[in-house]
Amino acid sequence: MGNERLTGRPLCAYKEGMSQPNFCELDVLDLVPFGQSGKESRFFALRLTRPDWHIWQPGQFVMLRPDNFGLDLPWARPFGICHMTARHMICFFQVRGRGTQRMSRLRAGDRVRAWGPLGQGFVMEPDSPTLLLAGGMGIVPFVGYVNLHPKPWNVSMLFGHREHISCYPVDSINEHVPVDSLREQQSGDLDNFIYTIQERMRDLAEQQGLVLACGPTPFMRTVQTFAAELGVRCQLSLENRMACGVGACLGCVARTSSSWPDPHKRDSPVQVCTHGPVFWADHVVL
Amino acid sequence: MDLSLTLKGQVCDLHLKNPVLTASGTFGYGLEFSTFGDLATLGGLVVKGLSLKPRQGNAVPRIVETTAGMLNAVGLQNDGVEVFCTEKLPRLPWRDTAIIANIYAASVEEFAALAARLDGEEGVAALEVNVSCPNVKAGGALFGQDAHLAAAVTSAVRAAAPHKHIMVKLSPNVTDIALIARSVEDAGADSISCINTLLGMAVNLSTRRPALANVVGGLSGPAIKPVALRCVWQVAQAVSVPVVGLGGILSAEDALEFLLVGASAVQVGTGNFLRPDCAFALAAELPAACERLGITDVTAFRGSLQWDTAC
Ligand SMILES: Cc1cc2nc3c(=O)[nH]c(=O)nc-3n(C[C@H](O)[C@H](O)[C@H](O)COP(=O)(O)OP(=O)(O)OC[C@H]3O[C@@H](n4cnc5c(N)ncnc54)[C@H](O)[C@@H]3O)c2cc1C
Ligand SMILES: Cc1cc2nc3c(=O)[nH]c(=O)nc-3n(C[C@H](O)[C@H](O)[C@H](O)COP(=O)(O)O)c2cc1C
Ligand code: FES
Repeated sequence: MGNERLTGRPLCAYKEGMSQPNFCELDVLDLVPFGQSGKESRFFALRLTRPDWHIWQPGQFVMLRPDNFGLDLPWARPFGICHMTARHMICFFQVRGRGTQRMSRLRAGDRVRAWGPLGQGFVMEPDSPTLLLAGGMGIVPFVGYVNLHPKPWNVSMLFGHREHISCYPVDSINEHVPVDSLREQQSGDLDNFIYTIQERMRDLAEQQGLVLACGPTPFMRTVQTFAAELGVRCQLSLENRMACGVGACLGCVARTSSSWPDPHKRDSPVQVCTHGPVFWADHVVL
Repeated sequence: MDLSLTLKGQVCDLHLKNPVLTASGTFGYGLEFSTFGDLATLGGLVVKGLSLKPRQGNAVPRIVETTAGMLNAVGLQNDGVEVFCTEKLPRLPWRDTAIIANIYAASVEEFAALAARLDGEEGVAALEVNVSCPNVKAGGALFGQDAHLAAAVTSAVRAAAPHKHIMVKLSPNVTDIALIARSVEDAGADSISCINTLLGMAVNLSTRRPALANVVGGLSGPAIKPVALRCVWQVAQAVSVPVVGLGGILSAEDALEFLLVGASAVQVGTGNFLRPDCAFALAAELPAACERLGITDVTAFRGSLQWDTAC
């Protein structure tokens, strides 16, 4: 097992116009376990044949439903798009429950139904100092982000994680932008991480920079609070439970704040799958 | 093979180019799925439940996956009938496919007001009346669980929307669905659709809390298909108006099972979440499935189930 790089010439993003979500049946090319050798892996890079969409933005996601879900797991699962080339699409996942458990048993040639690219990705401002804040699997959209950023020297990343660093696709980011990683192992580590987030966000606020964050909800709440205190521009990516991914089932909603742009939709539930998953931090209530 | 049909109502007919519709609440306003297939190839689409005023719905979690199904307690969040008529309807291909407005309200009067508002909308082919909602004025009892209340809603909607086909959607959470079906037929329903979701719940053992914020929710998906088939079979025998069957339909074969027990048409609901082109694929495959099964005359096939012992 190795912390392999998710390589290949990336496909264009941030083109003009909206991408249209598409449905396709993809084949598994391979499933690469990540993490320390000798241990059963719970982290995987899933490489699929390339779907027939051309434009995507990091932060957007795809619904995946492998054939081995059968009828007993009716829903597809949402995953960030990690990387896309002319030949393949890569998603990266951690085993959490029933669905990801079955995904960990996928083999080359297995079929996966996929629809995407879905939702709104992160903004990219090549000339703004940009701080990426990732918690655990929240690292995924940033692999594509740093790959596609035209001026990576303006970007840096702070990464908080619980498992060994080799479980995460950090090398794919490291080769473009510097990554400071902090592992949470004992009490005190979390406080230290939170303190570091605040300090780094303060720097960004002084530089009129941009903060982009992705990770578990408590982490997003912390970042949101700091963003408000420091007055720094900040986007957050939310992880809500999803069934359709296209705005139809109304299962994934988050509450907008009174700063939501459309006055009719303030203080109301909106679909995370279509209005998000990436939101401006002051637009939602967590 | 021509699969077009007319749902012959007591007052208004509904013409469908094929018997495949999409179920309310699972297909948004249709527009959400327009990149996965051509909406005009569907027999019709039933939009998300509309209320007179916008509604915010329930707290999250609102949905949870269960074995071969899901529970939802969305709480009928919607933008209200005005937004539907002015912003969504004009963008739908209503000349090419039947747009059916699913409506629900908290009182008989509100149902009538909603129906009256939609009666003049050229783009709306039919109203589907969701009686699986609480009657606020009568202490929260579900309209659909009481034959008199269900009939009262039906006749109020019938009177308020004289130009529309009125389809009444029944709840399976009743002791005798045939009884409710007969009473809405007597009250003037043009057709009956069934089933809505089955009341269920799921719990989380580690947090010792319900999986849904609303505690209970409606079960849908392949898990409920046998219950749905039974209901359609019972209703089709009890009434002479056409029946539209739904509940767990994923494939053309599933759809044909519903036709066999007496449905004239079907709706695809949770199937749209297993794959977003489910309804489109089903409509496209139906002729080939008929051919495989030796069904040459769909009209004759409808309701042709044979059985030995009556229950
Ligand atoms: C926009 C978005 C992007 C995501 N990107 C990634 C990614 O790149 N890599 C990754 O490993 N994970 C990602 N996740 C989380 C991932 O979808 C869940 O870990 C996964 O659905 C868990 O499924 P399961 O069947 O293993 O868990 P179960 O607990 O069996 O799932 C039951 C249901 O709950 C939902 N669910 C459970 N945990 C989560 C969660 N944390 N977030 C959302 N839904 C959940 C599942 O989708 C499923 O429908 C993302 C989630 C969202 C919303
Ligand atoms: C997320 C969700 C939302 C629904 N919303 C509505 C609704 O607004 N009005 C209604 O009459 N039925 C609603 N239903 C019920 C479906 O239309 C359908 O009756 C039920 O799901 C059974 O069919 P299925 O198993 O094919 O999904 C909803 C179902 C789901 C899963
Ligand atoms: S997942 Fe269905 S509306 Fe967002």
